[in-house]
Amino acid sequence: MSFAVRSAVVRFGDTLALDDVSLQVEPGSVVAVVGGDGAGKTTLLRSLVGQVQLERGQVDAPPPQAIGYMPATAGSWPSLSVAQNMDFVGGIYGLSGDALASRRDELLDRASLLHSVGRLASQLSGGMRRKLGFSMAMLHNPPLLVLDEPSTGIDPVSRVDLWRLVSEAAAAGAAVVMSTTYLDEAERAASLLALDGGRTLAHGTLQQVLDSFDGTVARTPTPHRRAWAWRRGREYHEYWPTTADVPLDAVVVTPDLEDVVITLSLLKRRDKEPAS
Amino acid sequence: MTPEGAVEVQPAVLLRADRVSRRFGAFTAVEDVTMRVGPGEVVGLLGANGAGKTTLIRMLLGLLAMTVGDVELLGGPPDRELRRRLGYVPQGLGLYRDLTVRENLAFTSQAYGAAPPDLPESLRQVADRLVAELPLGLQRQLAFLAALAHDPQVLVLDEPTSGVDALARAALWDTIHEQAEKGVGVLVTTHNMAEAEQCDRLLLMSQARLVAQGSEADIIGSTTAVAVRTNDWARAFAVLNEAGQPVMLAGRDVRVAGADADQVRTVLAHAGVTADVVGVPATIEERMMVLARAPEGP
Repeated sequence: MSFAVRSAVVRFGDTLALDDVSLQVEPGSVVAVVGGDGAGKTTLLRSLVGQVQLERGQVDAPPPQAIGYMPATAGSWPSLSVAQNMDFVGGIYGLSGDALASRRDELLDRASLLHSVGRLASQLSGGMRRKLGFSMAMLHNPPLLVLDEPSTGIDPVSRVDLWRLVSEAAAAGAAVVMSTTYLDEAERAASLLALDGGRTLAHGTLQQVLDSFDGTVARTPTPHRRAWAWRRGREYHEYWPTTADVPLDAVVVTPDLEDVVITLSLLKRRDKEPAS
Repeated sequence: MTPEGAVEVQPAVLLRADRVSRRFGAFTAVEDVTMRVGPGEVVGLLGANGAGKTTLIRMLLGLLAMTVGDVELLGGPPDRELRRRLGYVPQGLGLYRDLTVRENLAFTSQAYGAAPPDLPESLRQVADRLVAELPLGLQRQLAFLAALAHDPQVLVLDEPTSGVDALARAALWDTIHEQAEKGVGVLVTTHNMAEAEQCDRLLLMSQARLVAQGSEADIIGSTTAVAVRTNDWARAFAVLNEAGQPVMLAGRDVRVAGADADQVRTVLAHAGVTADVVGVPATIEERMMVLARAPEGP
């Protein structure tokens, strides 16, 4: 059974936080929601876990006790130790005694936190704290795991570690939704949803997103229209509506996810066809 | 400061470290690092947390003394005067959150004795709003503007694009490249390995040492990875993970960093998993993973 948010509209006062956004996740897979600050990622994830009221749309999610949710903020209590954080959450889910102890140690072992059980959460590095938050969300073995920016601000090696934990959960059958600002993480997921200003820029598998891109990207040493060009190292990539528009001194390239997301963001913001 | 009428000569090397080490008690944060940043160069400094990047930067800027070695900023030992010709955007942005956009710029330009810069359209609309109320993308843009107001010759940027969307990231890299084209030397750290392509040259630190430098290919060196294509990624992942291999999910495939293809084939065959297994070049991230798993260092 898959979990989903369908055609969600969410408004906070005058701000349209989500404008007709849909998300679906299957058991045993990872869906990445990618976008920057203010894209609507957190609102979408909170809609899925039932913490935000939709103005329109529909949510298909399991009951709260079957969801593991890790918010973008701490996710753990800074003045409690690693073990106390785990035990506290375990208690909420009705785990106790040997069952709790063995589940706790198993998760902390996988997260390489077993040697840090006595440390306060506030004394952990950013990467370790995210892994603790993840382990807390996983304690009750939820079929739906929702992780809000688990990897923001942590270094590449810790990020790989965290991805291993996420992949383990999906390999064991969980449906995982995670938000991220990194496009390479969206590429690593089974499918992705790119958001910008509360609206969908692109969704599907990486291949579907790349295949459905309507337009041409060309490489050029000097851009012809600065507003439609972006740097890739010392050169520029520039968007053109069709291949016929590409000037002779530019070389058509196969757009990657970054090219596609930048172009779609530009098109959405300009809301008009570029003069070619 | 340059005496009046004198021509300010740009040194050939803007940032230089020669065999620099820093120890904190028994802990070595930076060990025997030699590096340079020249005019017009964008140099990326990569490494996991604790690799020594921040300690190295602090020594280059003269904010932390070396245990051994020698550093130069703009041709001399870093001091207050030379730091005036430096632009620095720290990870925490260094903005006053309870001042407005205009007030922040007035403050920093005055500190450097420069005129406040013109605001781009995006910031003009929020010129009188408090920084704390702005989205992160605009805050980063403002931090850049503040750091560039006094026309620095060297720019040091710590994680300049963390947390912003693809378009805002592209705009920040535009600014960085524009500075480099004016002759400014740029040293930039990032956790986003996709940004390595934006740099002219890369430095990779691991466990206090500079372990590789040059192009992306130089950084990856001889490290390889194994790509596993299968219609049961979950089984393949679980089996390889169980076998202690550094396995990563990649869409509906999995990859194993630094592994031997034959060994991966054997592990999968033993577990009855059918898969296409091929050796492929590693990514920078995979090189870092392999380094992190080798406790004795390179």
